[in-house]
Amino acid sequence: MKRRDFMKNTIVAIAGASVPLSALEFIDPREVLAANPEIHWAFLINTYSCVGCGFCVKACKTENDIPFEANASRTWVERYVYTKDDRRYIDSPKSAQYGFTDARIDLGEHLGYQDVDPNNVGKAFFVPKLCNHCATPSCTQVCPVGATYKTDSGPVLVDRSWCIGCGYCIMACPFGARFFHPVLKVVDKCTFCYHRITKGVETACVNACPFGARKMCNIKDINDPVTQIILNERVGVLKDEFGTKPQAFYIGLASEVR
Amino acid sequence: MVENVMHVHGELWTVKELFVLPNEYVYWSIQIVMYPFMTGLVAGAFVLSSLYHVFGVKQLKEIARFSLVFSFALLPVAMMPLLMHLQQPFRGIHVMMTPHFTSAISAFGIVFMAYAFIVASELWFEYRKHFVLTTQALAAQPQRSGFDTLRMHFFKVLTLGAMDISHEAVQKDHNAVKKLASLGIPVACFLHGYAGFIFGSVKANALWMTPLMPVIFICSAVVSGIALCILCYVVTMEIRKFMAKRKISRWSKDPNAPSVEELQSAEQLEIKIVSNYLLYFMIAAITLEILDLIFRGYTQVKSWDILREVIMERDFNKIFIMQYAFGNALPFLLMVLPNRTVRRTTIATVLVMFGVFMMRWNVVIGGQAFSLSFSGFMHYHLPIIPHDWETFREGLGGALLVMATPFVIFYFLNKIFPAFMKEEEAH
Ligand code: SF4
Ligand code: SF4
Repeated sequence: MKRRDFMKNTIVAIAGASVPLSALEFIDPREVLAANPEIHWAFLINTYSCVGCGFCVKACKTENDIPFEANASRTWVERYVYTKDDRRYIDSPKSAQYGFTDARIDLGEHLGYQDVDPNNVGKAFFVPKLCNHCATPSCTQVCPVGATYKTDSGPVLVDRSWCIGCGYCIMACPFGARFFHPVLKVVDKCTFCYHRITKGVETACVNACPFGARKMCNIKDINDPVTQIILNERVGVLKDEFGTKPQAFYIGLASEVR
Repeated sequence: MVENVMHVHGELWTVKELFVLPNEYVYWSIQIVMYPFMTGLVAGAFVLSSLYHVFGVKQLKEIARFSLVFSFALLPVAMMPLLMHLQQPFRGIHVMMTPHFTSAISAFGIVFMAYAFIVASELWFEYRKHFVLTTQALAAQPQRSGFDTLRMHFFKVLTLGAMDISHEAVQKDHNAVKKLASLGIPVACFLHGYAGFIFGSVKANALWMTPLMPVIFICSAVVSGIALCILCYVVTMEIRKFMAKRKISRWSKDPNAPSVEELQSAEQLEIKIVSNYLLYFMIAAITLEILDLIFRGYTQVKSWDILREVIMERDFNKIFIMQYAFGNALPFLLMVLPNRTVRRTTIATVLVMFGVFMMRWNVVIGGQAFSLSFSGFMHYHLPIIPHDWETFREGLGGALLVMATPFVIFYFLNKIFPAFMKEEEAH
């Protein structure tokens, strides 16, 4: 055999060997969908529109059976008040489930309430928060039994029948989105109202917000007007330094909001 | 409006100050302080016993056997706090059924079982001769009580049918012990470094997240384990001396039983050497802890403001007075000052153990003393008087239960594996 022929044959042999390998590869429709999903849910919060009424929190607690008397919530609203002499106050009394009905700042059991002179307020705003349904969540990573997981379409869920209640995911979430359900004694968190969105209905909080401060979209659908905002406007996410890639985007995020 | 009392887990013992996120509580409380403390004792006790078996530190013979039995008694207790802290303790077995290997805790069951297996087999080889001799002695008794017959059968089962106690066979046992002990050291360090990793890898927690955490945990584990072994050893020796003086139990019938003076000198020798090891490991542990602190203060990343307030102000007494001064500096002085006595060393070991406990406390509770918002603080109030199951297991009662259990287990284990054997039986 001539040297050239040998080379040629070798190349043919290699090419031939590689064909059946790839042909054998099994195509799982779920994997294909996961790699190119048509749906990936994202959230958009416009902090300029939020007035701190707390309707979203109320709606969420009602929709998802989180007792009103429990001091924990899947979503909550924070109030930021900065005085002209640079004092900063933040609070979220009862997760703002009844809104902000008191002008005083709630400083916790020990310190009580703080009066703020309305003429001394420099800037003040509200920030609604919820689970960010991060793209690379640290909460699902640490669950020792795989009871909390990320769905193909984005939402991060908890299997209530499998959670052992170790609390590792609560510790791992940099956003304080998780807590123990006071009745069920398993971890609980926002599900993006998975039971609703999968039926084409918007989440309870989006539905309840009278000011359109909360919106949801399929970020894969570039024609979706909300997706358009996320793609074209200046939006930010909370605590990107943790590398969890939050999927809740904010308009008008201040650096003090953590 | 009227609201029923309904507590979210953690709310009962958490007091919030300034702005803390609504869902934040001290979720990992006293039992999670106990967990690294107890695994630390297991690992430390085992490392001490290995010093004799692997490195042939002959003088450690007595305390080595004792530490081995004790570390076995501590083993079940290492996972007790974890189980007690679960909100769904009956589902704990899920960790074995569907381990989710991206999680640091998921392998706990496997590491723990591997380690338990090593310690158990090492114990078996160490005590096989004793089992055989006991079986034979009981079998030779002409009139056996029912209880003794039961005991005979029990020990016979324990030998697993290996009745050969010729010199070669015993020598083989001895080699097996040595091999298992050397295998056990890395596994023990892994078991505990792993506890450190569970904390060190929580990126959301500014105080915990450092790669030094596993190493710090290993060093302080060895420190606490050695201290506990010294303490228990001294206490047992005191009891034996007392019995020797009064000629109680063994000393009433056995003329060869060690005299008070023999016991005394053996004790002094062992304590002298072991406390030197204690000192070395203490130096390593403190160096690493201080390094971590200095590094944080020097680099001053975003979290430093709140960490400084927690470390230097709010938890100052717990960290600098209780942990460093009483738990490290004072015992260190007690041990390095000239004319070290057994009594002084014993006091030092109690302080050392207290110091290591405080270190665990300051890491676990201190890590939850500030909010993720960096704008508020949480205070932990240990439930002292339980008023329900939850406040018991996550309170003082649960912690004391965990602390007392190893001694109860040791009492029974000691009947099977006598930690202090007559010389001729031991090898
Ligand atoms: S916000 Fe927290 S709970 Fe939600 S996905 Fe991200 S890490 Fe998980
Ligand atoms: S609390 Fe439940 S969901 Fe969270 S890590 Fe533990 S087992 Fe997983």
